[in-house]
Amino acid sequence: MEKTINLTLKVWRQANPQDAGRFEVYEAHDISTDASFLEMLDVVNERLEREGKEPIAFDHDCREGICGMCGAVINGQAHGAEKETTLCQLHMRKFKNGDTLVIEPWRSKAFPIIKDLVVDRSAFDRIIASGGYITVRTGQAPEAHTMLVPQPNAEKSFDAAACIGCGACVAACPNASAMLFVSAKISQLALLPQGQPERWDRVRIMVEKMDEEGFGNCSNHYECEAACPKNIKVSNIARLNRDHLWASIRAKLRG
Amino acid sequence: MSLDSKIPGGPIAERWTRHKADMKLVNPANKRKFTVLVVGTGLAGASAAATLSELGYRVKAFCIQDSPRRAHSIAAQGGINAAKNYQNDGDSVYRLFYDTVKGGDFRSRESNVYRLAEESLNIIDQCVAQGVPFAREYGGLLDNRSFGGAQVSRTFYARGQTGQQLLLGAYGALMKEIGRGNVEMYPRREMLDLVVIDGNARGIVCRNLITGAIESYAGDAVLLATGGYSTVFYLSTNAKACNVTAAWRAHKRGAFFANPCFTQIHPTCIPVHGDYQSKLTLMSESLRNDGRIWVPKKTDDKRPANDIPEDERDYYLERRYPAFGNLVPRDIASRAAKEMCDKGLGVGATGMAVYLDFAESIQRLGRDTIAARYGNLFDMYEKIVGEDPYTQPMMIFPAPHYTMGGLWVDYHLMSNLPGLHVLGEANFSDHGANRLGASALMQGLADGYFVIPYTLGHYFGSTSLGKVDTDHPEFKTAATQAQERTQKLLAINGKRTVDDFHRELGHLLWNHCGMARNKKGLNEALEKIPAIREEFWENVTVPGAADTLNQSLEKAGRVADFLEFAELLVHDALHREESCGGHFREEHQTEEGEALRNDEEFTYVAAWEHGEVGKKPKLHREALEFEEVKPSTRSYK
Repeated sequence: MEKTINLTLKVWRQANPQDAGRFEVYEAHDISTDASFLEMLDVVNERLEREGKEPIAFDHDCREGICGMCGAVINGQAHGAEKETTLCQLHMRKFKNGDTLVIEPWRSKAFPIIKDLVVDRSAFDRIIASGGYITVRTGQAPEAHTMLVPQPNAEKSFDAAACIGCGACVAACPNASAMLFVSAKISQLALLPQGQPERWDRVRIMVEKMDEEGFGNCSNHYECEAACPKNIKVSNIARLNRDHLWASIRAKLRG
Repeated sequence: MSLDSKIPGGPIAERWTRHKADMKLVNPANKRKFTVLVVGTGLAGASAAATLSELGYRVKAFCIQDSPRRAHSIAAQGGINAAKNYQNDGDSVYRLFYDTVKGGDFRSRESNVYRLAEESLNIIDQCVAQGVPFAREYGGLLDNRSFGGAQVSRTFYARGQTGQQLLLGAYGALMKEIGRGNVEMYPRREMLDLVVIDGNARGIVCRNLITGAIESYAGDAVLLATGGYSTVFYLSTNAKACNVTAAWRAHKRGAFFANPCFTQIHPTCIPVHGDYQSKLTLMSESLRNDGRIWVPKKTDDKRPANDIPEDERDYYLERRYPAFGNLVPRDIASRAAKEMCDKGLGVGATGMAVYLDFAESIQRLGRDTIAARYGNLFDMYEKIVGEDPYTQPMMIFPAPHYTMGGLWVDYHLMSNLPGLHVLGEANFSDHGANRLGASALMQGLADGYFVIPYTLGHYFGSTSLGKVDTDHPEFKTAATQAQERTQKLLAINGKRTVDDFHRELGHLLWNHCGMARNKKGLNEALEKIPAIREEFWENVTVPGAADTLNQSLEKAGRVADFLEFAELLVHDALHREESCGGHFREEHQTEEGEALRNDEEFTYVAAWEHGEVGKKPKLHREALEFEEVKPSTRSYK
């Protein structure tokens, strides 16, 4: 049943990338427990706007957990404490009246803060542009049924392809590593017959690009998997590491 | 001005093939001399940008999000149609064409729809080659399921995330071209104006959403793939950033807007629960494969669903439409739900919901099978509503979801403004008055991968375009106007928020121009919209500055455009004195309450020309001819 709660928010406010930034405190009164976390922020923001103050900037779009646009660290956890949930799908019934929430942007050198809770995740796009695709021209692709994909492989590939590129894995990792994100794309394509021709080049190029963008390395904390709203598994990182090792050996052998 | 749809002659099955052979080509060395501006990077925009770049054109692509991967196509759940006939159930290109024309209630263009059905075959091949992980059967072949308005299984899917997987495929293709330096990508840009020079679309003016700078880009053609306008209703299943601004600004520069009153209300969405609500969430139509829709037979029956015995439930779709049952097209399912709720048979706290029940399927197929088919949708429902759909029926209600109307385009996807091409949901051409499920993804990709690469070449090959750059006075004027408008919004300093105005407008349209419309209500809306608009320009508050990320300002610009566009929507609904598809005029219905078309007077596309804000726009008619599928009363009984 719907009821309302009152919360205290400590929100990171930063006017621009150069600004040092600071926490500011806001009272969020009469928040419906049926509202989503972003709707709670909307309510706070509309009150600020009515007072002629600048609302809290935050990224969001589809509000159904699939676009990957939203995300913030709530009390130290990326997308909040709820498992496999993006911030937009986190509902206020998970909080108690009187709770204090500390709300921060993703923090990583590779994701510079633009304003308040909005960060620049373009590094992810650059990693994909380096090789996260199958090179195929639009045109007369072969008839789809000429290529059979065993059902379990298709399912596993899908599990990896479900990544929404939100960046929570980077925010949750003590090393700000992007290994979960990169390995999800590597796995999706490595598990399909269509992905084989470029498999070994793809993994080397993408890992190189990831390092260049300033993401840290993986040291097996598994925080990424715990924070991932789409349940992307760290076993993908293991697959990436195996593929990367083999790709490096192949490259050496071929001189 | 007369509208030439440029439909080629000959038998319908050969038109597109022959026309491809007749169209002009641009030789490979010359392609790099042409710059194409692609606005929007959803399925239509990303596939067009990638394909045109592969062909050798210089492409600049723009998107409103921080990455092209986030366009709202990503939220499409259920699937994509293709006439592969993998199920051996009698499907064919002709049947997909027939179903789409009939589903559109005989208000779409036959030739476009036929081409769409033909290209559906290529789309699946293309997407599989890109590594889209479609659902597979145990033998490794692609799996299919059924969608509304069809009696065959032709819908390809990737769990409940088909849109995501198709978009990531197109995004991959686009990123490949960006990585090679062939496409320049401009994320976090919002198009604020179209620049027309000597009658041709030659550029755009955007706001850089991070720096606030007004930027101008010149090119040889502009492709709008900017989606639909469902968010005019405020609450819809669309993403928050979806808006009509790019299409509306193009319209104000001379592009005709066609059939804006053809809006689709999706039957299976999570019901509204409070004023703070920011959007509505769709539950995929695929759920209707296994879910049964019902309401109690008694009005105001407050018993929990599971306590209502079988013989006191009305499975009204199965009763009224035995041939299609729960899989009737969207417009029919939505209207039936509204009727039930209007009669006081609705369920839930607000009485504005009907049940979608899986108990029978779970008993027949087992919980695991249902979980494998719809697990993510069930989880999403539980997160939002806080109830378990495995043990209690879901509650659903219709919500604005898709807009069949859009900028007018000819067979080449070119608007009446030479050089301005419109793709995907942003154009009007393929779905008539009602779109069938799993056809939006098909259209977006057909337009981008397989239509525009040919027709744009024909435009370049048959047009002589002078060189222009952004120093041209038209660019300066458009940029200055955009800047002035921004300053004006920031200077109002009123008392009401942008969202407050948007909610008021949305509420008005939902009540008077939503699932059911009548003359009195539409006239009332026409009186009220200008008053809301006037107050908006006097009393809105937009805090912050122009030269920074300012989300209040972004929203204000979009709502300002909706306040103008809404009037066009209502004018169109008022003028169309018939009921067809998603446009239901209460004055025009059969005794049984079904839509009553008026083919004699309204078998045409209503293409509106902009005059002045607040004045009635000018109507142009494109007559629709049905040579293959003779218009009949749509029956799903």
